[in-house]
Amino acid sequence: MKNTVEASRYRAEFVKGLWKENPVFVAVLGMCPALAVTNTAINGIAMGGATLFVLTFSSLLVSSFRKLIPKEVRITTFVIIIATFVTIVDFLLQAFMPAIHKELGAFVALIVVNCLILGRQEAFAFKNPVRLAVVDALGMSLGFSFALFCLGAIREILGNGSLFGITLFGPDFEPWIVMILPPGGFLSLGFLLLFFNWLKQRQEKKGVENGY
Amino acid sequence: MATDLLWIFISAMVINNFTLYYFLGLCPFFGVSDRISTAFRMGMANVFVLLITAFCAWFLNSFVLNHAPYLRLISFIIVVASTVQFVEMAIKKLSPALFRALGIFLPLITTNCAILGLALFATNKGYGLVESLVYALGAGGGLTLALVIMAGIREETKLLEIPKVIEGTALNLIIAGILSMAFMGFAGLFSTT
Repeated sequence: MKNTVEASRYRAEFVKGLWKENPVFVAVLGMCPALAVTNTAINGIAMGGATLFVLTFSSLLVSSFRKLIPKEVRITTFVIIIATFVTIVDFLLQAFMPAIHKELGAFVALIVVNCLILGRQEAFAFKNPVRLAVVDALGMSLGFSFALFCLGAIREILGNGSLFGITLFGPDFEPWIVMILPPGGFLSLGFLLLFFNWLKQRQEKKGVENGY
Repeated sequence: MATDLLWIFISAMVINNFTLYYFLGLCPFFGVSDRISTAFRMGMANVFVLLITAFCAWFLNSFVLNHAPYLRLISFIIVVASTVQFVEMAIKKLSPALFRALGIFLPLITTNCAILGLALFATNKGYGLVESLVYALGAGGGLTLALVIMAGIREETKLLEIPKVIEGTALNLIIAGILSMAFMGFAGLFSTT
């Protein structure tokens, strides 16, 4: 009995990051990387992967040391832990995927100041046991990666007529170049949020009509 | 030399605007851009912290990090955060009026991405002390410009009737997108001359 309760708790913590509390689409956290590097789908996924690594390991460490870290200096400690993992991921990318590292540029280092990561440490990892913290971190960063992939795919398809570098349309397609330039980032996230708002509003309306 | 510095300044301010081109410092950009006066003070606080950051980054790069390049990120964050805190205490003592104008914003921006971004970009470009400071001024000016324009537009939108479905973040993002498009026009600024 206890096991099923626990299992469902883990599942809930994992799933919430994917959609219901999606860091980009719902909480609108970590927008800087979400908009800056998503000019192609592959860059979005790479950024998501780097964030997944940093968030998971930071949560693991913060949660294991949560009883040793004094409350007064917890934020500083989180930042140092996060910065360490970001440095590791920066060097790993530089060594094994130099092309991607060049594309992402300084934004790999800027994962340190992604408010999503610090937010999860403060709101979750510092208060919960290790396994739960890791599950939460995995869910959140997968949700983040998913959002980045969506944005990157939309911008690449509209702005370049391709997905993962493979051309989708014939030669008649006129690429909408502004979408892979900075304004496209703001616009595509803006219109995506607009679409979600519309969906939510429609659902609420339906709920009222059905008498809930 | 002077033209180089002017070029760095203009380029950081409008062509490669930190907010609208590099997407740095979006939290304050959307968070405190609902009134022009607040936005302007936030911008000034940013200029202030950016100047301190530029100095710290130059100092660390020239004297410390040659021996331990892997500590770059960690040392930037810690040194910048603590220097800002220190200067904040000094200002509180020396000029309470200035502290009241900027003070509440300082803790918010010490580790925002625009600040760390400036330190990293200035390092990557290999700027010296004077160049770094001019770059910081330009970047801060650009942030202030973007914040104030955004706040102006948002003050106007409050007077309009806006469909409920677009209110909030979606509307702000679309406004920012259009602003960013307008700033793209500056890209041709220097190539013609």
